[in-house]
Amino acid sequence: MRKNKLVALALGAFALTSLTQCFTKKKDEGKHLYETHCQSCHMEDGSGLKGLIPPLAKADYLQTHRDELPCLIRQGMAGSIVVNGVEYNKEMPGVESLREDHITNLLNYIQTNFGNKNERYTMQEVERLMQACPKAP
Amino acid sequence: MNKRNKLSLKSGFAVAAFALVATSFYGCDSQGGSSANTLPIYGEREPVERTVDGKTVTDTIYHQIPDFAFVDQDSQRVTQETVAGKIYVTDFFFTTCPTICPKMKSQMLRVYEAYKENPDVLLLSHSIDPTHDTVAVLRDYADRLGIETQKWHLLTGDKDSIYDMAMQYLVPAQADGGAEGGFTHGGHFILMDGQRRIRGIYDGTKPESVDKLIDDIPLLLNEKKDEKK
Repeated sequence: MRKNKLVALALGAFALTSLTQCFTKKKDEGKHLYETHCQSCHMEDGSGLKGLIPPLAKADYLQTHRDELPCLIRQGMAGSIVVNGVEYNKEMPGVESLREDHITNLLNYIQTNFGNKNERYTMQEVERLMQACPKAP
Repeated sequence: MNKRNKLSLKSGFAVAAFALVATSFYGCDSQGGSSANTLPIYGEREPVERTVDGKTVTDTIYHQIPDFAFVDQDSQRVTQETVAGKIYVTDFFFTTCPTICPKMKSQMLRVYEAYKENPDVLLLSHSIDPTHDTVAVLRDYADRLGIETQKWHLLTGDKDSIYDMAMQYLVPAQADGGAEGGFTHGGHFILMDGQRRIRGIYDGTKPESVDKLIDDIPLLLNEKKDEKK
């Protein structure tokens, strides 16, 4: 009897923590992921760094290369790109550990912050786009 | 005494030792007598006695950065001569660093902009990955940052000498295969006076700390003026 009570208590506590997590952490997941994986280079305000690191804030690239972004986040990129008329050439490391739902939240955060008012992604869309990611050499 | 007690005794010692070290560090910070108008002098110091007119006078020898020779983004040699009599801010970075360097460089740009017109203030950034960061790589990096070599020297050179120099500036730096980017290093900005003595240590990733650095530089500039008088 006493054991049952304990189990119930533990379950209750577990349910409560996971529930509160849904309302707090999950809601800000995109922001949290941005801070963890992107902010040190792209900066808090998405401004990048002069001619070294391209901005995300009001970047045309986010719209012109929208379909490639999910794969870029997972696989990274190298070589020359042009963002808002400026050429950049610095390798960006990918974050292979990110799942499709993470990438959706992260991209939606980027597309709707830093002065960006771009279309959001659905998770289905990100999943579809990621199936076509270029295979690693 | 059983094992458990021993363990807690040990950790107790560790805590005590840590506290001691921590206080001595703090002690050093305030000991320099950083009043409103002067900056402390960091690093080890030793008293040296000498005799003047039959009386014993004690001088203090402060920690001074030894002579050095590196090469900058224009292939120019940069040595202690380059910074002689100048105030300079120095840091350690590498161009492919994915962690704190971009933030450090964006903050160093603020210092650059603030003292661009003042010939008495220089910036020296040492690469801790000189094998990759050749003169050509640093040249490209400088161009993309839009900086002038005469004001802001990006340095490369002998790897061991650079790591020795980091130690002299009290900045931790080491190659670390396990770290992101392959190196770990401190994000410190070090403020140096005209005699190559450390006068300020700032966190180059924090805007507030860099604000303080920008405010502290005039104190050293004033000191220089006083010396000239």
